[in-house]
Amino acid sequence: MREEIIVSGRMNPNIDPTLHIWHWQIPLYLFMGGLAAGILFFAAYFVIRGKEEEYPTAVRKAPLIVPILLILGLFALFLDLKHKLFFWRLYTVIRLQSPMSWGAWTLMIITPIAFIWAALNIREVFPKWNWKYQWLKDLDGFFRKYKVVLAWVTIFYAVILGVYTGILFSAFNARPLWNTSILGPLFLVSGMSTGAAAIILMSKNHLERKVIAQVDLLLIGVELFLIVHMFMGFLASTQVQIDAANLFLGGPYTAPFWMLVVGIGLVLPAALEGLELLKFKIPYYIPPILVLFGGIMLRFILAYAGQMSRWLY
Amino acid sequence: MRYAMAIDTKKCVGCSDCVVACQTENNVPIGYCRDWVVEVTDGTYPQLEIEIRSERCNHCENAPCVRCCPTGASHYADGGIVLVTHNKCIGCGACISSCPYDARYSHPDGYVDKCTFCIHRVEKGLSPACVATCPTKCMYFGDLDDPKSPVSVVLKNRKYKTLIPEAGTKPQLYFLI
Repeated sequence: MREEIIVSGRMNPNIDPTLHIWHWQIPLYLFMGGLAAGILFFAAYFVIRGKEEEYPTAVRKAPLIVPILLILGLFALFLDLKHKLFFWRLYTVIRLQSPMSWGAWTLMIITPIAFIWAALNIREVFPKWNWKYQWLKDLDGFFRKYKVVLAWVTIFYAVILGVYTGILFSAFNARPLWNTSILGPLFLVSGMSTGAAAIILMSKNHLERKVIAQVDLLLIGVELFLIVHMFMGFLASTQVQIDAANLFLGGPYTAPFWMLVVGIGLVLPAALEGLELLKFKIPYYIPPILVLFGGIMLRFILAYAGQMSRWLY
Repeated sequence: MRYAMAIDTKKCVGCSDCVVACQTENNVPIGYCRDWVVEVTDGTYPQLEIEIRSERCNHCENAPCVRCCPTGASHYADGGIVLVTHNKCIGCGACISSCPYDARYSHPDGYVDKCTFCIHRVEKGLSPACVATCPTKCMYFGDLDDPKSPVSVVLKNRKYKTLIPEAGTKPQLYFLI
């Protein structure tokens, strides 16, 4: 049998034997970012459609947690930096070819937007909230007046944020598992699905929960479709991408991926939501918790497996 | 000007002198290396062939690390040498993930570090430390735009290959075969 044995004298920490430069911080941040994008997307969408009264949780309550998600996510990102005190260098330059630069600037725009949404709805939690100063009241009035414009801007940046969390990975041709443009839409749809799940968990309105659960069911369907296509693309591609796909098709990530992401995170909640539609009694909070779990696992597994996939030469 | 390096896989014995020379010259932290030796055994027993390569950053012409750097710390210096400006680097690791050769590492001080083609020596007209120290003289360094440079001459007369050219990086490390 013809064999090729490669022996390398390199043993750099976190690089060899397999790359492990990104730890838990990056997938956690990608989850928070996707969730924030999903919640903002639905809030903005229902405002644009003029359905604020029918979807009070999606429009008023859920956006309150978005600034917290973004700040926790950004903090995780900061923890990941190894030359921390120089983080401000991100904001001295715009580099169009760098997805990370896009992400940094997108967050710079969407974080204040998220704070505006939270501020507009702060009375949901503190009914007696008073802005105290006249200029703050004027500002509040201004954003209320132009809420639909704000919603359009929000929906635009929410989609960019959702897609970017996937593009961050897919831009690296050195990691064949990540190097598929399907990751952009996949992470966007997954983020929207987790956003819908968070809204269901927070909602006390039965009708709202039902509609959002149907939307979530649709999103899960799209996600499964994208995952199947991702593997079809890999298997029809070059040897390095076939090897990358095999990490999930018999390789070390087979069981975690198909059980935790596809089984518990997608198929099971979809089945439960389907049964709910058929009038079976299922506690409303179970499917969304599973969806959120699947969203986290998808990002963790893709982040870790991607670093294992490589070119051999 | 286009700096490049050619390494003769027929002459290299894999002694790792280049690795030690680099670590000494560039004060590379213990446990890390900017260049390394790879031994590839290929064939069907007993017809085996061994190729020994001294590898390092390929100073690619289409460098993914420069493209993905969010701050511009990774950049092309004179002659196409890919460098990292330490006080611009935030240590995000994007360039490390983007390198198909895994030539970069995170320095214990936080910034990302890699082979510089010993630019501090090259600027003075010297050759990189690994080239200068090689006991079998199997490495050639120079300017590809200068037809008389050692690297241009050897590439004219010998067959060569680059590593994973299909990754689209246009590597500038040539291996004579």
